[in-house]
Amino acid sequence: MYAYDEFDRQIVRERVAQFASQVERRLDGSLTDEEFRPLRLKNGLYLQLHAYMLRVAIPYGALSARQLRQMALIAETYDRGYGHFTTRQNLQYNWPKLRDTPAILGLLADVDMHAIQTSGNCIRNTTTDCFAGAAFDEIEDPRPTAEWIRQWSTLHPEFDWLGRKFKIAVTASRQDRAVLKGHDVGVRIVRDADGETGYQIYIGGGLGRTPMEGKLIREFLPRAELLDYLEAILRVYNLEGRRDNKYKARIKILVHEIGLEKIRADVEAEYASIVAASPKADLREFHRIQAAFDAPEFADLPEVSRKLEQAQANDPDLALFVEHNLFRHKHKGYASLTISLKGIGQAPGDANAAQMRAVADLAEKYSFNELRVSHKQNLVLPHVRLDDVAEIFAVLKAHDLATANAELITDIICCPGLDYCALATARSIPLAQKLSRHFGDAATQKDIGELSIKISGCINACGHHHIGNIGILGLEKKGAESYQITIGGDAGDQFAIGELLGPGLPETHVPEALDKLIAVYRRERRQGETFIETYRRIGLAPYKTAFKEIADAFA
Amino acid sequence: MLLLDRNGAKADPFARVETLDDVAGKAVIVAFDAAEKLLAAAPAQAGVFAPNTLDAEQLSPFLDRLALIAIAFPSATDGRGFSLARQLRRLGFKGILRASGPLFSDQFPQALACGFDEVEIPDANAARQPVQQWLDALKRVTVTYQRDYAQGERILDRRARS
Ligand code: SF4
Repeated sequence: MYAYDEFDRQIVRERVAQFASQVERRLDGSLTDEEFRPLRLKNGLYLQLHAYMLRVAIPYGALSARQLRQMALIAETYDRGYGHFTTRQNLQYNWPKLRDTPAILGLLADVDMHAIQTSGNCIRNTTTDCFAGAAFDEIEDPRPTAEWIRQWSTLHPEFDWLGRKFKIAVTASRQDRAVLKGHDVGVRIVRDADGETGYQIYIGGGLGRTPMEGKLIREFLPRAELLDYLEAILRVYNLEGRRDNKYKARIKILVHEIGLEKIRADVEAEYASIVAASPKADLREFHRIQAAFDAPEFADLPEVSRKLEQAQANDPDLALFVEHNLFRHKHKGYASLTISLKGIGQAPGDANAAQMRAVADLAEKYSFNELRVSHKQNLVLPHVRLDDVAEIFAVLKAHDLATANAELITDIICCPGLDYCALATARSIPLAQKLSRHFGDAATQKDIGELSIKISGCINACGHHHIGNIGILGLEKKGAESYQITIGGDAGDQFAIGELLGPGLPETHVPEALDKLIAVYRRERRQGETFIETYRRIGLAPYKTAFKEIADAFA
Repeated sequence: MLLLDRNGAKADPFARVETLDDVAGKAVIVAFDAAEKLLAAAPAQAGVFAPNTLDAEQLSPFLDRLALIAIAFPSATDGRGFSLARQLRRLGFKGILRASGPLFSDQFPQALACGFDEVEIPDANAARQPVQQWLDALKRVTVTYQRDYAQGERILDRRARS
């Protein structure tokens, strides 16, 4: 894993001191509240409904055991004993005090962490596949590229005052597990016909109130050109993106308004000027980073684990866990193991300090000290031996972390909603909990199979509702919470924005509405077909009809 | 207005003028639209005031004849001027680049990094943020990951040396 050198550390320390000075200058009146607000946001500090919220950066979702332990300590000392993992692979503390933030930032800096650029109109945390460095289907580990982008985008003097936030995702797999087309820029690592590794670049994707699918702007970009090309994109966006309306300020709107051809021409022209003016970026730094991500020493193991097979035969819970929560590893005898933060009836993405410590211990003992946070708000042990899975499962079980529901209907993505968020129009967590209990029975889940529910508490779509197979958007209608349901969204390669089924429903009717949709699937599915596959084959109409029964009954 | 560069406050040798009646032999700044006429009126030094929505290409015919370009920052959070400054430097502008608007001291190093020489801020802002704060702001983050911006010590070069 990448380890900070003295310079990375120096930047973080200096940034902490700079933030402390900004707080001081706010308090002595040098900075107005209006001036201070973006400065505080650029350091991850939000003012929520009831308290401040501090969003800690977890670059590309990669964590060490020591870092996770530190997060547990902070949760205990300065929060209410837990933290919340987000869809951007970050962690949020929901109850820190303003006066404690310098101390928290100091503790983070001690373990090479920070809250830099986790909010504000700048380049945000670069995200990637949660199985990065382990997935069987990746061309290479995408983390070196993500780290390269992280460094380039950190405290960038030119791109700190953009029209709006800017998010970049990287993937190196055939199967997109990083929602590439839902980002301002998506970077896919590919090989060209000559075997040279480079990048395919997507632009203008995003969710929010105007969801858009990212479009291919560059078919193949040689590796050495990546940062210059990103600079060109950012400069064009910074200069040309709209500033008159914050809801139209993302690059997706610019791409939509001027068209892909025009933005491509602008970006390529700017890129040509950059390259003409200064020598091309060299690859030395990339190679330095890549060397730091050297793969751990994997043992030569047999493909299957007799030990695990035997344990599974004696323990149906373990068998279920193995069936759902293991992901195929690039090395024989290993797997990536998803630790679900979606216990039945629990708030998605939350972990308490004891759980964090337990997971940190597991990472140290069984996974080369490595951990990942997934955009689905779970944790991942990327490299575990199949032989060790039963032992890991037992520890997880003791900490309420052994829910066998990865990718299943209760693996719900959910934003904080009206319980915390100042922008929310409805609560989202209680509904997620209710649905989790409603579908929580293991046999039911297994029968329904792969199905993603994503819930947002307002139109900003932090819960990715547009790209859930079933998406739920909480709104406020005449003083009451009302939930709009969409169907057919897809976050992966067949990226799709869900279709609205009908009018919003009160929270009480949502489980029943979902039952109706799932009944259609059960009736229509062909052998081996998932929920989304059946939907793609038969289309919206039958689901709409089923939904109408509920909507009419309610209306 | 307070004018300052990396050494501190300075007097403004340029006068901002609305008409071109009496500019011969003087250092003046006019709105960009009047650039052509100003140059014809033979000032000692010609400066223009440009909105941040101007295309760098529109300025390029004048670059070697202008002594100063002031770029407007309509608000502190509107960062277009930073990119425009970069482009003007790349186009070869050698004169003074001035950022003009309600910036605050934390943005001073960013402005300098992007190619500005000086900033000009409204008196009300200057009253809250004395010159020393602007100079202190330059010393807070002393290293940088970006290679070709004029700021701090470049981490990539240091790494390459070690
Ligand atoms: S979707 Fe809305 S309610 Fe949910 S976290 Fe984002 S802004 Fe808040």
